[in-house]
Amino acid sequence: MTRTYGAYGGRYVPETLIPALDELEQAWAVLCKDDGFRAELHELLTTYAGRPTPLTRADRFAPDKRVYLKREDLLHTGAHKLNNALGQAVVARRLGKRRIVAETGAGQHGVATATVCARFGLECVVYMGTEDMRRQAPNVARMRLLGAEVRPVEFGTKTLKEATSEAIRDWIANVETTYYLIGSCVGPAPYPELVRELQRVIGREARDQILAAEERLPEAVVACVGGGSNAIGIFYDFIDDPDVRLVGVEAAGAASLGAGRAGVLHGARSSLLADDDGQILDAHSISAGLDYPGVGPEHAFLRDSERARYVTATDDEALAAFHRLCSTEGIVPALESSHALARALDLDAELILVCLSGRGDKDLETVSPQSGETVSDR
Amino acid sequence: MKKLVIYLMAGPETPRLAEAAVEAGADIVEFGFPFSDPLADGPVIRRAGERALAQGMRTGRCLECLAETRALVDVPLVPMTYASLLDAYGWERFEREARAAGATSMIIVDLPADERPELRRVQLVAPTSTDERLRLAAENTDGWLYLVTVTGTTGARAELAPTLAPLAERVRTVTTVPLYAGFGISTPEHARAAAELVDGVAVGTRAVEVAEQGPAALAEYVASLRSALDAAVAV
Repeated sequence: MTRTYGAYGGRYVPETLIPALDELEQAWAVLCKDDGFRAELHELLTTYAGRPTPLTRADRFAPDKRVYLKREDLLHTGAHKLNNALGQAVVARRLGKRRIVAETGAGQHGVATATVCARFGLECVVYMGTEDMRRQAPNVARMRLLGAEVRPVEFGTKTLKEATSEAIRDWIANVETTYYLIGSCVGPAPYPELVRELQRVIGREARDQILAAEERLPEAVVACVGGGSNAIGIFYDFIDDPDVRLVGVEAAGAASLGAGRAGVLHGARSSLLADDDGQILDAHSISAGLDYPGVGPEHAFLRDSERARYVTATDDEALAAFHRLCSTEGIVPALESSHALARALDLDAELILVCLSGRGDKDLETVSPQSGETVSDR
Repeated sequence: MKKLVIYLMAGPETPRLAEAAVEAGADIVEFGFPFSDPLADGPVIRRAGERALAQGMRTGRCLECLAETRALVDVPLVPMTYASLLDAYGWERFEREARAAGATSMIIVDLPADERPELRRVQLVAPTSTDERLRLAAENTDGWLYLVTVTGTTGARAELAPTLAPLAERVRTVTTVPLYAGFGISTPEHARAAAELVDGVAVGTRAVEVAEQGPAALAEYVASLRSALDAAVAV
């Protein structure tokens, strides 16, 4: 197992959690090579989640390019988050844990977690900032419908950062009975690696699919980056292909990689939005899933090693790409994924693979379909 | 004699508060450097941290406040904070400047014994720690070992956690360093019960609450803990 990625990663958590992290690390080391586990997960991904997801060429969206969309929006629950939630739920069951806690920002991870908990009969508690509950109300309703308890987090930024802190505090208090189902490739080791391995299926499939369609690899792979799990998932199987550019797109107001500095948050050392004293700063994005001041440690490493490049898209650019995909292809993308779409359009490359990480039904309250203006009162 | 450790969040009033606590019988003062995202803390200390940050208690100002406190009291002052502050300030620079300001060791709540072992600090152990981890923490700790009484975050509880006794027993088999217990100890009764198991107690949340009422209230509260400890049966 990898605990660090260059100067990043590690396990910066209270001692109380270390034995649980050791237990998870040891279990994962066995399970990831276990045929029974892999078969169980494959069966779930195929017959329950809907994998493989298709690759869709988007000629009207990008007429002067060959843009392919990896359709994670078509996965059950509407986003790539289910790949991770299913895998970790199977791990939790093998560990004998019957109670699951999770954090959620946009609500996609919360919905995915509530879904797998319903499927497996596990107790589910999801922490969510009240600001995010307001702007992603449909997902709050979905989680409750699925039997999850959604606990509002009313302090600080009232978004994903505080929801994550509260989920970790719950885990500290209940670590002997509870599994923490983290939603992105962040947190203390072994979570960043665990989540990456569970999301790698995106890139593995997409690589085969684009080779089948084009008989060559893409010039660039583009994905949005909040915590970075869809990005690491689609990037990973292209890392050893030096001619394939890897481009992560952050929200301009939450550019942990583009505008961040090294620091420690939520159990890992990574690149963060923080001030000179190491106090974490607020992120700002129209997209709740990207509204997070940290990022997975492996992305910080890929940035420093220059294997991946990280750029930004503004709220307005993401909204424009959102509307363009709706009207040109009949696909409603998540606002998160719309950041990747925005940069794919002006990227200096012809054959481009974009991770369409989720669908945008949850964002209709934020995006007015009539005018394209934001209804947000922020 | 059992040791009494009192936690105070750094702030403009802290030197006077620390002086009052020491006069009333505190043997050690933990000096909280606030962090924006304190994972191990319950609501009371989290809110105290938010207030301190709003008052401008950043690392440099906290170090000045520590030095001002040092001028008033003779007991060990132990900065207690999170890794992010040291990472930003520079790990060695923080250690050096804290010492120069009068600190005795430090406690970094989210830095388990196997991360950055070269940094001298008081290590924490928890009811969930394996015997192997108890040994690792004991071998690396600086002066005394901090026993987290509960599986949970900081904050007052109705009863002393039943997990402390078995933890103390396990730790005694691997080390002879002094053991001080904290998290969830808020009343003289808790303090007295804990003192029968360990060499000292650390009181944070309730001390932070009482400190908001000023030095006199804090002194009265600390004196009540002191009396309870002095009445405790020696182990």
